Amino acid sequence: MTAKPKFAMYWAASCGGCEIAVLNTHEKILDVDANFEVVFWPVAMDAKYQDVEDMEDGSILLTLFNGGIRNDENERLAQLLRKKSKILVSFGSCATEGCIPGLANLSPVGEIVNTAFNTITTDNPHEIYPRTSYDVPEGELHIPTLSKILRPLDQVVDVDYYMPGCPPESHQIAAVIDLVIKVIHGEAELPPKGTVIGAGHSTVCDECPRARNVKMIKAFKRIQDIAPVDPTLCILEQGVPCNGPATRSGCNARCPQAGAQCIGCYGPAEGVMDYGARLITAFSSVIDANEPDEIEKILDGIPDPTGQMYRFNLAGSLLKAAKPAWQK
Amino acid sequence: MTQRISIDPITRLEGHGKIEIFLDAKGNVANTYFQIPELRGFERFVVGRPIEEMALITNRICGVCPEAHNMAASKAADAAYKVDPPRTAKMLRELLYSAFYCTDHTTHFYALGGPDFIMGPDAPVAERNILGVIHKVGLEIGGRVIQMRKYGHNTVEMIGGRKVHPCASIPGGMTKGITEEQRKEIEEMGRWAIEFAQCSLKIFNDIVLGNPQYVDLILGDVYTHHTYYMGLVDENNKVNFYDGKVRVVDPNGREFIKYEPKDYMHHIAEHVEPWTYLKFPYLKNVGWKGFVDGADSGVYMATPLSRLNASDGMATPLAREEYERFYSTLGGKPVHQRLATHWARLIELLYAAERWVDLATDPEITSPDVHAKPTQVPTEGIGIVEAPRGTLTHHYWTDERGIVTKANLIVGTTNNYAPIQMSTHKAATNLIKDGRATEGLLNMVEMAFRAYDPCFGCATHALPGQMPLEITIHDADGIPVDVLKQYC
Repeated sequence: MTAKPKFAMYWAASCGGCEIAVLNTHEKILDVDANFEVVFWPVAMDAKYQDVEDMEDGSILLTLFNGGIRNDENERLAQLLRKKSKILVSFGSCATEGCIPGLANLSPVGEIVNTAFNTITTDNPHEIYPRTSYDVPEGELHIPTLSKILRPLDQVVDVDYYMPGCPPESHQIAAVIDLVIKVIHGEAELPPKGTVIGAGHSTVCDECPRARNVKMIKAFKRIQDIAPVDPTLCILEQGVPCNGPATRSGCNARCPQAGAQCIGCYGPAEGVMDYGARLITAFSSVIDANEPDEIEKILDGIPDPTGQMYRFNLAGSLLKAAKPAWQK
Repeated sequence: MTQRISIDPITRLEGHGKIEIFLDAKGNVANTYFQIPELRGFERFVVGRPIEEMALITNRICGVCPEAHNMAASKAADAAYKVDPPRTAKMLRELLYSAFYCTDHTTHFYALGGPDFIMGPDAPVAERNILGVIHKVGLEIGGRVIQMRKYGHNTVEMIGGRKVHPCASIPGGMTKGITEEQRKEIEEMGRWAIEFAQCSLKIFNDIVLGNPQYVDLILGDVYTHHTYYMGLVDENNKVNFYDGKVRVVDPNGREFIKYEPKDYMHHIAEHVEPWTYLKFPYLKNVGWKGFVDGADSGVYMATPLSRLNASDGMATPLAREEYERFYSTLGGKPVHQRLATHWARLIELLYAAERWVDLATDPEITSPDVHAKPTQVPTEGIGIVEAPRGTLTHHYWTDERGIVTKANLIVGTTNNYAPIQMSTHKAATNLIKDGRATEGLLNMVEMAFRAYDPCFGCATHALPGQMPLEITIHDADGIPVDVLKQYC
């Protein structure tokens, strides 16, 4: 019997939700185990950086890489796993577009550290901050250096496929696992490089069972001011800024089905160059006003336009970061 | 020869951890540093975001326990608006949270912490994992572990809208209620969870408590520290995960303080060290005295064991019996032996399952009255829940529109950073003598921090394996002289 193909999964700046989503495929994990030799998956099994370094280049068939690139250690592992992997998948929203941690790109990195170490409960009269290199009496200690901005994986290394979602839905992960196993057995072919896998090709709205009546709205509202929303009607048309129109399908519109607005975790819909631009277009189309002043007043009802437009997508957008983050 | 031992990487939830052990000239441990190499900066970038999004944004601090952040942030948002959610909304949140607790504690016991006991701390490494556990306890129980995880996540999804990163909790309550059909299904799953929890306690009883060697290991000094203990309690001082006051007992088990969530900043402070990105919380009114035990040191622990120590018991009958058996077996309160945390976690599992059924059978749980509209101008709000890994505090300040202007987060595992540092140091000190580090050190060091269930372990559930530990021994010039690995 020939050796099983090798599988790896790694997390960089992420929350662990991608790992839980993979584990939530339940019995599919056993298929992974049956069809692959798992050679590196720090949360699930033993393996070391050195073991990966010792592998031949290209010897891992499939690596699922989740998490953004926040520091030099993340970057080193991204480069290492790229070199060792035939297929590198940008897995989940953090690796693909920066996700929520990408909102850090609104501020200079120094401000982020200063904030964390000057909170109301922090006892820091001498203004001590983490040092990447620090001498203790016994020797020198090192911790990784934070990057100026958080970057998605493909801004650091070449990526073969993208799997969006925060986290990717388990049924989508199961489908991708099935596909890869078929490919291994010569029963299917891989999609073209650069394809978005494990997701749909339209928008969350197309999966949403709520009725759209193209109702024009006079004001944006906060969810807590009108909850519970009408269970059958489009949430955006009820006035709550819902990101469904700009967001890629694939999740079965879970949040709208639970009476909550889509917050955009599956990233830009297919063919969307800039998520925020698409969203503002969609919002504009439901506003019932013709006068610029009135339109502006209605748009002012969106409490946090920056977060609304780039909540998950800032680091992966055309902007990548706000101006202050680029400055020293 | 002076040596330095690096354990790198170990993995925590959000990324990685590293342990540096320095040896003195005789080869004994001079000092140990448990370093956290990561910072994502949530406290900065939640500023400018609406308060109602905190429950969705701070979820992403931790995808293993997003429910905890979801709940703490929701409660903080309620507080900011001074709105009291309807009873049904609060019950739905707690029901979701109880189901989540069952899933989370189960995975830790069977896949992460349990294998050390079920298989033995010195069992062959290849067996000391979830598959080894299933072989030992039987495939049927292995299937039940998977079933428990499914039931927990299914309940979370029914109430919260999603399995990971639930979305249905908003300021003033929930976006939706549950139907009678859903309620029945949730109740059935909860009843099943009670049986599962009882079965898990029986396994612990038979395999661990029935083995004098394990009892010695649990009761031994290597894993013992005398510190303060923290936990959320209800009005009767019983353990509660969702609501109540934070109670702290001293190393003798006497109540030191019981505070309302809104007063946390008068009681908790965080110490900073320049060699790590994580802060060290401590009891402000005792003070930071370094990484030391005792009543004069502000170091406290917030785990299943500390929640039991800080309470007067459990609010549900089956868990109450187990609580009493726990303390009568281990010689009274408080229990300082960190490895007993595994047992305490299973008692909490049983409590969570009982609570699950209590809430699912409440006559008002299917009421459509699940939201109270906020009417006041938001200002500032604090929300506290018990995350599986410790007391979780969210604090937000907002402008008059409810836009966050400042935030402070003290996260579950963070509470235990100082104790973990101390436990790791003590294990290393006991195991490394005269410059000789054995392979056995690896698992013993693992066991020292594994008892706390720090977030890095949570996802270690489905595949065989261990924490990725590698120890490189360098000589005084930094030249590697030996590498010890978990697997050969």
